[in-house]
Amino acid sequence: MDIKNLSIESAHKGLLEKRFSCIELTDAFLNKAGKENERLNIYVTITGEEAKEQAKIVDNKIARGERIDLLEGIPCGIKDLMNTKGVLSTSGSKMLSNFVPPYDATVVKKLKNSGMVMIGKTNLDEFACGGSTEHSYFGPTRNPHNPDYTAGGSSGGSAAAVASDTCLYSLGTDTGGSIRQPASFCGVPGLKVTYGRISRSGVTAMASSLDTIGPFAKSVRDIAIVMNYIAGKDVNDSTTPNVVVPNYLQEINQNIKGLKIGMPKEYFNNGIDKEVKKSVEVAIKVLESQGAFVEQVSLPMTKYAIAVYYIVMPAELSANLARYDSIRFGLKPEDNGESLEDYYFNSRGEGFGEEIKRRIMIGNYVLSAGYYGAYYKKAQRVRTKIIEEFNEIFQKVDVLIAPTVPGPAFKLGEKLDDPLQMYLVDALTVPMNIAGLPALNVPCGITSKGLPVGMQIIGPQFSEGKLLNIGNIYENL
Amino acid sequence: MFSQDDIKHIAKLSRLKLSDNEAKKFSRQLSDIIKYIEQLKEVNTDGVEETSQVTGLKNVTQSDDIKRRCDGEELLECSPLPKERQQIRVKSVIKKD
Repeated sequence: MDIKNLSIESAHKGLLEKRFSCIELTDAFLNKAGKENERLNIYVTITGEEAKEQAKIVDNKIARGERIDLLEGIPCGIKDLMNTKGVLSTSGSKMLSNFVPPYDATVVKKLKNSGMVMIGKTNLDEFACGGSTEHSYFGPTRNPHNPDYTAGGSSGGSAAAVASDTCLYSLGTDTGGSIRQPASFCGVPGLKVTYGRISRSGVTAMASSLDTIGPFAKSVRDIAIVMNYIAGKDVNDSTTPNVVVPNYLQEINQNIKGLKIGMPKEYFNNGIDKEVKKSVEVAIKVLESQGAFVEQVSLPMTKYAIAVYYIVMPAELSANLARYDSIRFGLKPEDNGESLEDYYFNSRGEGFGEEIKRRIMIGNYVLSAGYYGAYYKKAQRVRTKIIEEFNEIFQKVDVLIAPTVPGPAFKLGEKLDDPLQMYLVDALTVPMNIAGLPALNVPCGITSKGLPVGMQIIGPQFSEGKLLNIGNIYENL
Repeated sequence: MFSQDDIKHIAKLSRLKLSDNEAKKFSRQLSDIIKYIEQLKEVNTDGVEETSQVTGLKNVTQSDDIKRRCDGEELLECSPLPKERQQIRVKSVIKKD
């Protein structure tokens, strides 16, 4: 079986035509996952037993001549931020290193109902805070294209899992770029959806006004398939609106004649790596050759996005992580201390890594009396201005295309001691989280050092179908 | 900008135990970060509304029905502390005189 060239649809076809059984398919991916995990540290947990059990169920259905669903029996990786019933779900943290949740996240439940075979739980920066997975309690994930480089983050494990052929699709989360950036670094498509498009129930909350969930896959077409299964309203997540979910597979067969593409000049400025810039410009030319119009636009508020983000995100994170008191769940500290208060200090002091401590403290500082207005309220006002700027631009153009990250993957350790430098890697991805916009990373080149380059296609809220269509056309040219 | 004492104070408010080494490192790093975010001061936001919800949803309600995803025993299992009569035993909150 040539797992490298399988897609969701070709694997499904292979199962139907009995070219391989689901157990054979699962074994092939589990073997590959075991091997690559030693080299790249992609998975926190590989769930071989559960995977094989599910594969047997699928094989039995096929043997009985029952219909199987498109995702049934298809191997998948799930970010370890997501609750999986009865399976360790660590959020990349020592705090949750023993946490076995008693229920499934809504997205996991939906995929289980569709018969997914979960290969394992993928590595991430602790509580999804970071851009390299170097903040994982379980060590960094390495880039499949060159193990000296990071896979990106925070969903680095999910991106590397697909890029190294250890599963056919995976789920990640994107709060400031955590799907798009690792997708760009690892050279796979990855979709950040509109805020509220996919339920976050049962997924560890990071920054609640920014968090989104989305898929990685080997092709944009496969992303469209996965979207059909996971998008939509959920009563357990009140931020999911009643907006119709289209059939994304039908959305991706439209021509793009007359499509108006904006190139925001601030995303192509001097801070952008030359090879990255060139690759994205060439990709846009390719789309132009298919009948799209390209114009340069300006988004001057972009330069404030990181500052807004590093107020709003830590503020919300500090509130969300206040629930980790090691009483109902969490790490039992080595020293319980004399009082309940000692217990809090010790469990949080031991359980949280450095980056989490930094962000909790920034959050509590910007929310504290006397600073709340100057920082948090100010940031929420600038946020409005960033949103208004996007709204105006989308009156003129249909989509924006820009580099996903200012540069290709960086080396492990390169930015670890300078958090501000690490934060600036998110400069081009954060604005979409601030405005709740969808954006799709599509691989569009390889640097001279052999590292992937990605472009992001950005659209108005709930325009995922349009973005997938453009990405699919580009991929097939 | 942040002294090590400031950092220790914020850490106390955050219920985080820090080592001296961490306090030293964080005083420099957090100062850099706060200095960076202060660039927002240059943006004129007079009369601009704050945004905290980006898709415009307001007051999402549902009927108050009891729905269980798991039972109490399963939830108690998640606790690292001793259990007694279906409750979690914690250290006393109020000190004896």
